[in-house]
Amino acid sequence: MTRMKVEEKAKQKMEMSGALMLVEALKAEKVEVIFGYPGGAVLPLYDQLYRSGVFHVLTRHEQGAIHAAEGYARISGKPGVVIATSGPGATNIVTGLTDAMMDSLPLVVFTGQVATSVIGSDAFQEADVVGITMPITKHNYQVRDISELPKIIKEAFHIATTGRPGPVLIDIPKDITTAKGEFDYEQEVHLPGYQPTTQPNHLQIRRLVEAVSQSKRPVILAGAGVLHANASNELRQYAEQQNIPVVHTLLGLGGFPADHPLFLGMAGMHGTYTANMALYECDLLINIGARFDDRVTGNLKYFAPKATVAHIDIDPAEIGKNVPTKIPIVSDAKAALQELIHQQGKPADTSAWLRQLNEWKQRFPLYYEEDGQTIKPQKLVEMIYELTNGEAIITTDVGQHQMWAAQYYKFNKPHRWVTSGGLGTMGFGLPAAIGAQLAERNATVVSIVGDGGFQMTFQELSVIQELQLPIKVVIVNNQALGMVRQWQELFYEKRYSHSLIPNQPDFVKLAEAYNVPGFRAKTEAEAMEVLKKAFAIDGPVLLDFHVKADENVYPMVAPGKGLHEMVGVKACGELSQ
Amino acid sequence: MRRIITMTVNNRPGVLNRITGLFTKRHYNIESITVGHTEIEGISRMTFVVNVEDERIAEQIIKQLNKQIDVLKVNDITDQAIVARELALVKVSVTPALRQEIYALIEPFRASIVDVSKDSLVIQVTGESEKVEALIELLRPYGIKEVARTGTTAFTRGSQKTAATHKTAFII
Ligand SMILES: Cc1ncc(C[n+]2csc(CCOP(=O)(O)OP(=O)(O)O)c2C)c(N)n1
Repeated sequence: MTRMKVEEKAKQKMEMSGALMLVEALKAEKVEVIFGYPGGAVLPLYDQLYRSGVFHVLTRHEQGAIHAAEGYARISGKPGVVIATSGPGATNIVTGLTDAMMDSLPLVVFTGQVATSVIGSDAFQEADVVGITMPITKHNYQVRDISELPKIIKEAFHIATTGRPGPVLIDIPKDITTAKGEFDYEQEVHLPGYQPTTQPNHLQIRRLVEAVSQSKRPVILAGAGVLHANASNELRQYAEQQNIPVVHTLLGLGGFPADHPLFLGMAGMHGTYTANMALYECDLLINIGARFDDRVTGNLKYFAPKATVAHIDIDPAEIGKNVPTKIPIVSDAKAALQELIHQQGKPADTSAWLRQLNEWKQRFPLYYEEDGQTIKPQKLVEMIYELTNGEAIITTDVGQHQMWAAQYYKFNKPHRWVTSGGLGTMGFGLPAAIGAQLAERNATVVSIVGDGGFQMTFQELSVIQELQLPIKVVIVNNQALGMVRQWQELFYEKRYSHSLIPNQPDFVKLAEAYNVPGFRAKTEAEAMEVLKKAFAIDGPVLLDFHVKADENVYPMVAPGKGLHEMVGVKACGELSQ
Repeated sequence: MRRIITMTVNNRPGVLNRITGLFTKRHYNIESITVGHTEIEGISRMTFVVNVEDERIAEQIIKQLNKQIDVLKVNDITDQAIVARELALVKVSVTPALRQEIYALIEPFRASIVDVSKDSLVIQVTGESEKVEALIELLRPYGIKEVARTGTTAFTRGSQKTAATHKTAFII
C-alpha cells in the first residue's frame, strides 16, 4: 500500500462525530453540491460544513432546496443532496420528496431530528418525519445508533441511484451527530431485499422481436426511463433499424430527437393529434420506461384498443399496473434496447403506417393563431427556441405555460427538459433551474414559469442573484391561474372561481428588489427585443411577458375521454371541436 | 377473491407500518395480519389475508410489497397446498345448566375450554378460518360476550401435490 492509501485507510477507521462522518461520506460519494437550510437540530452538521470545502447552497426555503436538488439530479444524472432541519424544515420538503418519488429522481435527503432521548415526547420541533415520508420516499431511515450511520448513508446513495431511482431520506437525531463512532465507509452494500433486475429476459425479448416482425402499425411510447438509463442513442438506433415511429410522454421529451422523421410528438392530454392517434390505431405498443400515467393514456377504456402491449421497465410493479401487458420485460431501458438492436429481427413493414402518420402530421400540426400584436405564449416559446438554437435547458412550473413549452420547444437532445410531471408541482421551475444550472454551469438555462407558480418560490431569486447564475426567468403572465381558468372555461361554464388575478405585483420591480435586471414586454415585437437583451446579459434576468390572457392549450383530451376524442385540432386551418 | 400472502421481512422498527401504509395508500383492504419471529434471527414472517377484486390486483400487491427494501420474499400461497391456522378465544354466556351442552357442541371442533366462571366460559379454537367461523356461529345463540381472533398464519406444506407454481413478483 502506498503511504497515501494507508493514511486514507486510517482515516476511514478513525473515530469521529456523526456530523463529520456525514461530511466525509459526502466527499466519498463525490457530492459536488448540497442544497439546504440550517436549524437547531442540524447545527452540529452545519458546524462541520463550515470549513469542509463542501459546496452548500443556502436556498431561501426548504422547498427551494429540494426542487433545486431535483433539477440537479435531472440534468447531471447524479443524486441531488438536501439537508433540512427537524420539524418545520423537514415538513417543508414533503412536496419535493413526493415530486421526486413520482418522477423517479435520485435524491439523498438528510433531516435533523430531536435528540434520541426526547423522541416521542413532542419535543420542540419534533415531527415524525420517518412516518410522514414513508409513502413518499423510495426508502427512509432513522439513525438510532452512531455505529449504523456510515452503513445507512452508503445504502441510501445506493438505493437512490440504482434500479428505479428515487428519493431516500435519512433522519438523524441531534445527539447522533455529536456522538463519536468508527467511520468505515469501505464496506459493501448488502441488501438481500433489494436486487433490481437490470438485464432483460431473453425469451421476452424474443417475443417482442417476433411481435415487431408481425406488426403493421407498431409505435414506441418512450418515457423518462429512457433518459434515466441514458438510452437515447439506443432508442434512435432501434427505431431506425425497425422503422418504428416514436411518441414521448411529457417527461420523456428529448429522449428521441424532435426533428426526426419518425417522431410523432408528445402524447396525452395535450399531445399532438398524430401521437395520440398513433396510440389509438397501433397494433403493437412498445412502452419503454413510461408508467402509463392517466395524463398519457386518457380513458383507459379507449387506450390502444387494437394493440398488443409490450412494456420495458426497470420497475416490475409498473408492468401491468394500469394497462394489461402481453410482453413484460423487466430491465433497464438501455440493456433491453441493446439486446433488441442486437437481435435485429425481421423489421415490421411499416411503410403504409408511416405514410398514414405523415399525412396526419401534415394535416394536423400543432396550431395557434397569431395576431402579430399581443404576445402569444406559443410564439413566445418558439422565440426562445430560436434564440437558444434549441439547446437551452428549459425548466418549468406547472400549468398552461408548461404545456406550451413542451409543445413548442423542440427537444432534440436528452437532459434539456426539467419539469414536474407526476405531481405537477407549482413553484418547481425556478428552484429546479438553480439545480440545473449548477449541474451544467455553461448551459443556457431558461425557467419558463406562470405568474401563479412563480409566486410560490420566487424567493429563490436571491440565490440566483447571489451565485450570479445566468438563469433567464420567463414569466408567462396571463394574470390568471391559467390552466385552472381554462378548465373553468371549458368544464364549469366560465365560472372563474378564484382563478383570475388581475393585479399581479410588478414583477420587474420585484426582480430589481433582488438586484436582478427585469424587463417587461406587452407586444410580440417587444418580446423579441427583451429576449435578445436578456440573452445578451451574462447573468440572471427576469422577464415579464404579458401574454394574451384567454389563450387555451390545444389540442386537448378532456378528462374521461379517449385519446382519439381530442378537441381543438386544426384541420386545414380550421379548428374542429 | 381471498388471497393468502406470506412474506419474510427484516425485523426492524417501522416495517409493519411500511407495509400496512402501502396497503392504505393503494386502497387494498386487509382482512388479517399475523406477524412473528422466524427461525432466523432478525427476520420475521408475516401472513396477510386480503380480499381483492381480481388476479391483477393480487399481482400488483405482491409487486408493491416486493419493492419494499425490508421485504425479503413474498409469496401468494393461496393456490398451493398449505397449512393455515387461526386461533380464536370466544367468551360465551353460559349458565352451569348449559355447560354440558356446550361441551358436546365444541367437541367435534377439538376446541377446549380454557376458563370457566359461574356465568361464562372461554373457548379456545384453532384451525382454518372457516372452522373458527363455523364454531362462532354455533355459539352465537348462547350469547357471545367477546371474541378475540388472531387472523390466519400459514405456510406451504413440505410436499406439494402439484408442481407448485411459485408466484413471485416477476411475471416472466
Ligand atoms: C402547488 C400547486 N397548487 C395548485 C396546483 C393546481 N394548479 C395546476 S395549474 C394551476 C394554475 C397555474 O397558474 P400559473 O402558474 O399562472 O400558470 P399558467 O397555467 O397560467 O401558465 C394550478 C393552480 C398545482 N398544480 N400545484
